[in-house]
Amino acid sequence: MAPNENSATELTALVVDDDRQLRMIHQRMLNKVGVKNQAVENGKEAVQIHCSGQGFDLILMDKEMPLMNGIEATKELRSMGICSTIVGVSSHTKEKQIQEFMEAGLDDYLVKPLNLAKLRSILDKIM
Amino acid sequence: MLGLGSDLLWADMNRLLRLLFHEGVLDEQFLQLQQLQDETSPNFVSQVINMYFHESEKLLNNLRSLLIQAHDDDFADYNKMAIHLNQFIGSSSSIGAKRLTSLCLAFRAATHHTNRPGCLRALEMLEHEYCYLKNKLHELFHIEQQRALVAAARYPLHDNNQ
Repeated sequence: MAPNENSATELTALVVDDDRQLRMIHQRMLNKVGVKNQAVENGKEAVQIHCSGQGFDLILMDKEMPLMNGIEATKELRSMGICSTIVGVSSHTKEKQIQEFMEAGLDDYLVKPLNLAKLRSILDKIM
Repeated sequence: MLGLGSDLLWADMNRLLRLLFHEGVLDEQFLQLQQLQDETSPNFVSQVINMYFHESEKLLNNLRSLLIQAHDDDFADYNKMAIHLNQFIGSSSSIGAKRLTSLCLAFRAATHHTNRPGCLRALEMLEHEYCYLKNKLHELFHIEQQRALVAAARYPLHDNNQ
């Protein structure tokens, strides 16, 4: 059963998105379901935070970002041996674009907008 | 009386929301945003929406600049337009701006076909819809603020011994 705000979990998450508004919403959703979280603005920062020794159970990865996009970041994280659940979150719906992102090493892909129901279904799979 | 005022404002708020849902301006994602607001984050919705307005205006200006540049140089950076539109789609859909998101999707399709007249038409419709959405959400927040003021007002205490 997915956690709720009243039962804080030990799960941790990283939000990777260049859009400040979306980082705010996704972090608030994670807070609401009791998941401790951090946010970074692009794929390069996502890789750097892992290089610094931090790890997360869940990574919500946007696709299009400056410096390093979601595809590049996912490939890099997997090549580093990061086994976290990485979920791509993007507004793209074309099969070819989704497939390219999945082949980078995603565990799942969600079309924006993210909502609490979609988030809980992801957390159910992790727990 | 103040309680009645608060109830009337609450009814006004709900009426406006129902209208916006009925017109397809907003969808259930807006309710998601409201669910994320609570006593620990009491201004969450207005903070997100104000952030959205700020970024959207920049995106619209960028899109207009790219299309005007195309008229002068006979060349349009449709890839750049598509990138801006991807961002606009993501942010608009995340606040439940359903009609605006649909217009962004149509605009994005026009960029994929490098259809300049189509892009111009789409931009005009997008700007018009954005203005409408902004006005309606401001109206909604104004009613909400009025309701909060009424709810916070106190009756003066009467001393019955006087």
